[in-house]
Amino acid sequence: MLKKSLSVLLIGVLLIGGLFAISFAQEKKVSIAVTWSGEELQAFKKTIKIFEEETGIDVTVESVGRDIATVLVTRVEGGNPPDVAAIPNPGQMEEFVKKDALVSLDESIVESHPEAFVDLASVDGDIYGIFLSADLKSLVWYNPKEFEKHDYEVPETWGELTDLSDQIVADGGTPWCIGLESGPASGWPGTDWIEDIMLRTAGPDMYDAWVNHDIEWTDAVVHRAWEKFGSIVKDRDYVFGGPTGALTINFGDSVAGLFTDPPRCYMHRQATFIQSFIKDQNPDLVAGEDYDVFVLPSIDKEHGNPLLGAGDLVSAFNDTPAAHSLMEFLASAEAQEVWVKELGKLAVNTKVSSDAYPDPITAKTAKILSEAEIFRFDGSDLMPSAVGSGTFWTGIMDYVSGEDLEKVLKDIERSADEAY
Amino acid sequence: MIRAGKIKPWLYIAPVVVLLSFFLIYPSVKTVILSFYGSNSQEFVGVKNYVFAFTNSTMVTAFRNNALWVFFFTGLTVTFGLILAVLLDRVPYESVAKSVIFLPMAISMVGASVIWKFVYAWQPPGFPQIGLLNRVVTFLGGSPIAWLIEKPWNNFFIIFVGVWIWTGFCMVVLSAAYKNIPRQLMESARVDGANEWQIFWRITFPLMRPTIAVVATTMIVFVLKIFDFVYVMTNGNYNTEVIANRMYKEMFKFQHFGRASTLAMVLLILIVPVMIINIRRFRRQRAIR
Repeated sequence: MLKKSLSVLLIGVLLIGGLFAISFAQEKKVSIAVTWSGEELQAFKKTIKIFEEETGIDVTVESVGRDIATVLVTRVEGGNPPDVAAIPNPGQMEEFVKKDALVSLDESIVESHPEAFVDLASVDGDIYGIFLSADLKSLVWYNPKEFEKHDYEVPETWGELTDLSDQIVADGGTPWCIGLESGPASGWPGTDWIEDIMLRTAGPDMYDAWVNHDIEWTDAVVHRAWEKFGSIVKDRDYVFGGPTGALTINFGDSVAGLFTDPPRCYMHRQATFIQSFIKDQNPDLVAGEDYDVFVLPSIDKEHGNPLLGAGDLVSAFNDTPAAHSLMEFLASAEAQEVWVKELGKLAVNTKVSSDAYPDPITAKTAKILSEAEIFRFDGSDLMPSAVGSGTFWTGIMDYVSGEDLEKVLKDIERSADEAY
Repeated sequence: MIRAGKIKPWLYIAPVVVLLSFFLIYPSVKTVILSFYGSNSQEFVGVKNYVFAFTNSTMVTAFRNNALWVFFFTGLTVTFGLILAVLLDRVPYESVAKSVIFLPMAISMVGASVIWKFVYAWQPPGFPQIGLLNRVVTFLGGSPIAWLIEKPWNNFFIIFVGVWIWTGFCMVVLSAAYKNIPRQLMESARVDGANEWQIFWRITFPLMRPTIAVVATTMIVFVLKIFDFVYVMTNGNYNTEVIANRMYKEMFKFQHFGRASTLAMVLLILIVPVMIINIRRFRRQRAIR
């Protein structure tokens, strides 16, 4: 009798202990799927390490590459999403919200984030994501030494930019390096160009209307922005390799043309992230001396010089305490300082000090971003993916490869008509 | 006794029926249903997705390109396979030559696409060409050609990569059929004064016809679903889109489950007649035996 009750007791203790162990293990574990690889992944793991040391929570970082949307869709459908994941863009986030796949977050998490970024990560007033960092896109990269050698000045207006381009051509050089190739995502660098030009020729309100499809793609202002882009990218003298060069050269390789001898080109319009490519290709170059940036000049004076950007968005798929504390950590100044120190990214949390930036260029762009009067998020990321990462991308490739602009815009309009 | 006889056969086929309905019938029926619904499978949209599939300008291009693939890919792999099977049979280094031609089969289709993307690589005139083909062109004094961009030839350059891989497969199967033909038939034809050309068309080809048909239909079924080469090399840009790549985009990029299911149905409908022809031929052959 005693024996029996003892063994029952023992089994009971074991069972309860086991259950505790399981629940304990669950609380101390969180998985996160990210798009980053290489240097970015290293930096992220470094950031995560601090979280692990502080909380004792075990984080599994899974790098799934640029096709993360595919992976997430499949795993959500299969009922097995990661606890937390990087989401390519707010448009994609909204699609997941519609599927009821995301966990809404507490407002206190994003206390010291700028309003614009909180809004971008919200759907119908509920917050579903946080921005780990931001990229500034309206930047033109150049080689100050080459500029000095030829007495070229940094242009402040579109007129000066055009004059400079013509001067470079007259001197036997090529003004621009443009690379549109990006595997299955080919075309996206061109969408950034169009967006920057749209902001400068149509203004932020028109830009919003265009992104929300309140105006048509065949509208005169959209048409004008494309033509303006075309007047650069389709000009054999203005772009290294001409339009064919723009189509075939990879976006990451393109910037290297600034640093060849003689330079293949003198200017390269690309977001802040390209600095990691520059450092990777030419480790000896010094930021601020061998390469520098200026903001893409304004085109129509009345619209000034609005800035275009994007950000690294993170959302939670599983409502666990560990997932919540990881989200809280990623939103904090502490995490973002480590993350931006490693890369040329700009923190979103306003409490991050300017000392956190690793080089003068990043500090400079962070200052430009904080002083921006008008900031707009990358439009193609906000459009429904059938347009923003579909017909807009392919439209760029079609247009640059010689297709008629009317037809290209009509095709995009047709897909937009169905997608919105 | 009678009862057992009625139930037993069902018991025997039950596992197969269960497996088939779970893995084949249920997904197919579900796909048919989804193809009549919108992007998130919530609202019923009728034949709207099918209208899209047959009228959208990119889809029309995709249909054209699938037709190009069916015609040229199948035609070239089977023709080359046949020629190689017959000719290599007569040379002493047969096994070496066959191994070399069969070798690309060992490379994954994505791998082959990456390799050939490098072969087709383009650099502006006057700069060192990293692509093998343009290296040759510039060495011969020409200016570099953007092989994957020039319409409509780019389709053929992608199709060629497929032919490069699959010719070996066709060759091996056809070669086996060729070796099965009794040599006495050819020898007696030679004794009767037939030349090699006549032997091929009057004896070899008719005897190999069932195998050629099987290989050709296998290739057609395979190539209708073609995806990898296009996805890796151009992703459908420059008018190289194919139906399966579009299906992938609709499913995973645009998350339009309705359209993706519709395109899956379109592919299924295109493939079914080929399958029926294949099955009928098998039955006829069995009847002959």
